[in-house]
Amino acid sequence: MSLQTDFICSAALTIQSAIISHKPEIETLDQAIGDGDHYINVLRGAEAIANMTDELASLTPDEALNKIAMKLLSTVGGAAGPLFASLFMGMAKVAKHNGANTTLDIAAAFAGGVQELIKRGKGKVGEKTMLDVLVPVAHTFIFSAIENKSTTDICADIKTAADKGLESTRDLIATRGRAAGLGERSKGHLDAGAKSCQVMINEICDLILKSNT
Amino acid sequence: MKKFVNDVNNMLTESLSGFAKAHNDLVSLHLEPNYLTRKNKAKNKVVIVSGGGAGHEPLHAGFIGKGMLDAACPGQVFTSPTPDQMIAAAEAVHADKGVLFIVKNYAGDVMNFEMAAEMLPFENATVLTSDDCAVINSTFTDGRRGVAGTVIVEKCVGSIAETGADLQTCKALGDKINAQTASIGVALTSCTVPAAGKPTFEISETEIEMGIGIHGEPGRKRETMREADAMVNGMIDAIIADLQPKKDTEILLLVNGLGATPLMELYLIYNTAEKLLTEHGLTIARSLVGNYTTAIDMTGASITVCVLDDEIKQHWDSPVNTAGLRWGV
Repeated sequence: MSLQTDFICSAALTIQSAIISHKPEIETLDQAIGDGDHYINVLRGAEAIANMTDELASLTPDEALNKIAMKLLSTVGGAAGPLFASLFMGMAKVAKHNGANTTLDIAAAFAGGVQELIKRGKGKVGEKTMLDVLVPVAHTFIFSAIENKSTTDICADIKTAADKGLESTRDLIATRGRAAGLGERSKGHLDAGAKSCQVMINEICDLILKSNT
Repeated sequence: MKKFVNDVNNMLTESLSGFAKAHNDLVSLHLEPNYLTRKNKAKNKVVIVSGGGAGHEPLHAGFIGKGMLDAACPGQVFTSPTPDQMIAAAEAVHADKGVLFIVKNYAGDVMNFEMAAEMLPFENATVLTSDDCAVINSTFTDGRRGVAGTVIVEKCVGSIAETGADLQTCKALGDKINAQTASIGVALTSCTVPAAGKPTFEISETEIEMGIGIHGEPGRKRETMREADAMVNGMIDAIIADLQPKKDTEILLLVNGLGATPLMELYLIYNTAEKLLTEHGLTIARSLVGNYTTAIDMTGASITVCVLDDEIKQHWDSPVNTAGLRWGV
């Protein structure tokens, strides 16, 4: 696997439609234990990126990732803006340094993005946030890449990790983000940020599988 | 949802434009990125820049003007503004003595202002407000939320900045006020985020949410609706437990409406709060009642108590000329 800018552009369009088609789930989760604006914010970001694919097309993958980061930073707002922007900034940084020509390069770039996001949000796994999906996905991606698994298997592993990570947020007590004020009452609900990450990751995996066949 | 809306996507811009027209003697509006600045640019002082999600009006743009804020950055409804807004606002009003950001303690606001502060090419500092005592501070949370006490911080920090105080002095006063201010809110109904089109949370006719946040995020617990005095009593107890003020301490009492509670009821709350606080041996030396930090159309109110000293009193009393607060001018 290598990362090409045209894949980033198709992923942007796929993510936009995936977010729209998962509107009810994401919105309901955020209204249960958040403040109900997560869907609107994520969609605003997804639309902004989907609308700039012409601009991205001529860039190298790392330049495109960085441009996406800056766009997210100025359009999304809330906590999601700086967090998603940091994810893409981190990916761009590692991709620029290592290139994005092998599966392991891409996995490393993704891990670099997650690391940047952690630095910005000062969060960790187990706090009922998007990190409960992103961190296990980054681990799985790296390990599967090291083991030279097939693209099909890697995508399957990643999807499983994302699903499990999302499900793990159900019984967690939120200790970070808007839901933290709820304490025990946050139990029993999936985290909306984890859900939107799982949706995006699943869609990207499906897109890879489709372009792989 | 029954609201005055044309296109929900243009609501913020239309409202900001109306605000700027109505107060064109006080503020100028800049769009893309969105920020508002004081009409007459201040010279040679620390500039005070705040911002936050829309839906809390008059916070923050309503407090732009002499004696309070130099600029404010409105985000989308209940969503933090973005670093490009804060940088543009700070650059527009910068008056050679640095920029003090006043930020309510929410993960999104903190991160966006943090990124702006890192990218800003001149001296800056931040006061984080966290007066909401409904959320217990612990190492496991993002900490207490910034709510109506932010108005007191913005008023007094704005005042001290007018005296030519340096950045650290302005920040120190803001931090001090925040440390000795406690607030708690109660919701009788939910708010409705226009873009969502339906109430943020469900609450029956016989329930209240004690410790509600200003975005409709739940608070301490769901309680049964009772008479006003019983609700106010619970709120005052929470504030006293948090501040633990000494007897005969002078305080500022702020009763704030959350958007859809009439002034008649806010004054009724004030009446009870004043009685209870006096019974606790406190002296109410300053007061404010009205809608200052709202949660769109939520029915509910918050009570804020700030422990006063001579410095805070002096800066609370000094002249202020903004759309939301005006005296001594």
